[in-house]
Amino acid sequence: MRKFYALLSREVRGYFHSPIAYIVLIFFLIVSGIDFYFQISFMNQRQVQYTVQEAFFNSVFFWFAFVLIFPLITMRLFAEEFKLGTIEPLTTVPVRDWQVVLAKFFGALVFYVVLWIPTLLYFAIFLKVTNEPAAHSAGAYAGSYLMLLLLGMFYLSIGCLTSVLTRNQIIAAVISFCAITLLFFLGLVQFILLDVSSETRDLLGYFSAIEHMGTFSRGVIDTRPIILYVSMTIVMLVLTHQAFQSRKWRL
Amino acid sequence: MIKVENLTKRYAGQPAIRDLNFEVSRGEIMGFLGPNGAGKTTTMRILASFMPPTSGRATIAGFDVFEQSLQARAHLGYMPENVPLYSDMRVTEYLRYRAALKGVHHRRITERIGDVKELCGLKSVENKLIGALSKGFRQRVGLADALVAEPDLLILDEPTIGLDPNQIRQVRELIKNLGEQHTILLSTHILPEVEMTCSRVIIIHKGRIEACDTPGNLLGKIRQAGGVVLEAKVGMDNGADELKKISGVREVITDGEDDWKRFSLRVESGVDVREEIFRLATERHWALRELTQRRATLEDVFVEITHSDAV
Repeated sequence: MRKFYALLSREVRGYFHSPIAYIVLIFFLIVSGIDFYFQISFMNQRQVQYTVQEAFFNSVFFWFAFVLIFPLITMRLFAEEFKLGTIEPLTTVPVRDWQVVLAKFFGALVFYVVLWIPTLLYFAIFLKVTNEPAAHSAGAYAGSYLMLLLLGMFYLSIGCLTSVLTRNQIIAAVISFCAITLLFFLGLVQFILLDVSSETRDLLGYFSAIEHMGTFSRGVIDTRPIILYVSMTIVMLVLTHQAFQSRKWRL
Repeated sequence: MIKVENLTKRYAGQPAIRDLNFEVSRGEIMGFLGPNGAGKTTTMRILASFMPPTSGRATIAGFDVFEQSLQARAHLGYMPENVPLYSDMRVTEYLRYRAALKGVHHRRITERIGDVKELCGLKSVENKLIGALSKGFRQRVGLADALVAEPDLLILDEPTIGLDPNQIRQVRELIKNLGEQHTILLSTHILPEVEMTCSRVIIIHKGRIEACDTPGNLLGKIRQAGGVVLEAKVGMDNGADELKKISGVREVITDGEDDWKRFSLRVESGVDVREEIFRLATERHWALRELTQRRATLEDVFVEITHSDAV
């Protein structure tokens, strides 16, 4: 456990020692700030059926920033170690491969959570300025942030897998970006293809991140997406572990 | 401590090492010599469980490096070639991290880090970023890292490469002192280093062990086929022709432009030709100002063994 903690703290510090972290943080703050601003000014002009909080988590801006951050967060995880050769001292100390994989995954997750903390401030400021809550219930906040965490876990684990497959960070980023975008659009297909049978649309709906976010940000906590994302994350991490161990295959 | 049996590693079918067999017992300092690409790093990487062998097996302290890699690694302090380090960490921070990974008890970490910093001369740079360190200091950080968990066995891949002569001397002293408590396997290009520090030497060439003996014995073998250096004023004589007539002299190389000529003689093993040379010199009235039996170095052994098919 102590070894895992040492690995994890190295990963987290690794993020905050690199300029990429700050670029991602700033980029994300700008985009989410603009998103928040536009949503409110839009809602000021007309009657709407949803809350500020729902609007914030379901806008195009939000999703645009959302799929872009994962490759940036995860590309360095393994690829950088392979490139710099630091994988050699790392794998010749008595730590297990799964400890390394989990430390890298949770390190990325910690950074991801840090990325979201400032957005809590938006709602606090909104309440202070307007004396109106951004959502009607605590469940709506809990639901949307839970969904963020679940989606984050799944997409980060995809990023881990692509990073372990190559020593080139750019390649890792491009592959994970494509994979995440494709998965994301799989959920959009149900809105685009109107002529497909309703079963197909329903089936695709189960994989739709937008659908899930819509439900959760209303405060409806559905167990099906929870199980989907947690189990998919585990699958991705198992694959990452396998790929990481492939260097030890006797070929 | 280390036991290697029929160890073979192929990269894409191309053998890097072939059927290596050797043992290093506790307390030994084993030198690993060979030209570039001979398979030194490959062997060390297998021993450090960084990569698996294609066939054969290796054990460290009785643990198979592949099957029981975790236990084997627990006995090992490994310093990889070129010492890859995280350039964004500070020296103390890095050593603390490495000590924790190696399972040094948390109460002892500070003490151990202090010790290895002292030992490797890192006190002056302890708060610097590793990325800002010179090659010599990076090398020492790597060495400190290898030592921090007090391992039974040290595997050092070219510990002195890139250091200046003073630093090399320091590291050599350090290794010698460490040899009192640790078993050490080190690879190097620098031959005097091996001669001075190692208790045994393995010469590896094209993935095969060509020689494995104490430096003394290896030198003994080559010294028998050693040489004599002679500097003389031979006047009108050719010199080389006369010297060749002495029985036991195999080859004469002549040097020098002016009156004084320098002859390097290769002599058959077990023959001392100096007396004959002196007799010849007095007979022909040569002025003689040097006549020495050349002491063979490990370099000769190395060249003799590894040069054979390079020409």
